[in-house]
Amino acid sequence: MMIKKLSIIASLTLGILAATASMQSHSSGIESLRGASDLDQNSTAPENKQYAKDGQPIARDYVQQPPLVPHKVDRYTINIKSNKCLSCHSWKNYREAGATKISQTHFEDRDEHVLANISARRYFCNQCHVPQVNAPALVGNDFQPITAISGQ
Amino acid sequence: MSINNSDECNGKTICRLWQLLKVPSTQYSLGLLLVVGFVSGIIFWGGFNTAMEMTNSEEFCISCHEMRDNVYQEYQRTIHYSNRTGVRATCPDCHVPKEWQHKVVRKIQASNELLHKALGTIDTREKFEAKRLKLADNVWKVMKKTDSRECRNCHNFDYMDFGEQGRRAVNQHSKGLEEGKTCIDCHKGIAHELPDMHDVDPTAVVGDI
Repeated sequence: MMIKKLSIIASLTLGILAATASMQSHSSGIESLRGASDLDQNSTAPENKQYAKDGQPIARDYVQQPPLVPHKVDRYTINIKSNKCLSCHSWKNYREAGATKISQTHFEDRDEHVLANISARRYFCNQCHVPQVNAPALVGNDFQPITAISGQ
Repeated sequence: MSINNSDECNGKTICRLWQLLKVPSTQYSLGLLLVVGFVSGIIFWGGFNTAMEMTNSEEFCISCHEMRDNVYQEYQRTIHYSNRTGVRATCPDCHVPKEWQHKVVRKIQASNELLHKALGTIDTREKFEAKRLKLADNVWKVMKKTDSRECRNCHNFDYMDFGEQGRRAVNQHSKGLEEGKTCIDCHKGIAHELPDMHDVDPTAVVGDI
């Protein structure tokens, strides 16, 4: 009776140990985009990315691409009361500011009715137009712009 | 003229006090009068300025909920509150002149703000928002009139190194300098949310023109 009890306890202990060992070996084998750290460990925070301070307009990669923002836009406010982007990029202000004017397509509602002012659906600039940071691409790709853009 | 002018004054207190002040002292030496006058002058003047400086701090400004719950919250998200180097501009740095004579004028004008605090003109967020354009416009007008004097306590065209600035900043600042523009002409809403800009620049906001 005593021997039977002891053997049950021993086999249970062994089983738990084996399970723990196999779990540890499994978790360390996973490598995702955020690195190979175990689930119970904190992964190292990546370095902060810096926005380019100011620059010339960035060339598009494909014809329908919304142009990228070649300057910092942090703390720019866009709400129902004001739009910081339009204080330079609106048709009234772009000449004085030396900025690119917003496209004519931004004055149409979804039924293609032409409006006198920017359309509400094109109002939130940074839904499409985004600034760039000095981050390396997470995955590689060999995309090439069409000849109409690259000239090659 | 006799010291006793009770006949002339017909018992009026102010008149008798005036008569007393007009008569030269016969009991105290000139030296004592000078020393007492000098010392009490320092105490009153120092006390006046200390009291005025107490009203010139951020703690004082945000002791009213109108400032604490509206403009102070917005200001905390801006570059004048949190930035790379940890240099801060507090409320009075921008809203109260540094020079004494201008500061006193501003402090006297602030009695109007006390009146509106008592009247509760902006004691809710909704009332504040409704008044925001008017309030902002007041500040813009003053800044325009004083050539953005309070900005220039820290920011000065003379010491700006355009070589260190970005492409856009160089263009705008050199143009602004040429045209004699002042900071507030372009830098509106840098420390607080902008009011509804429909009436200021309808092309920079959504909606009918």
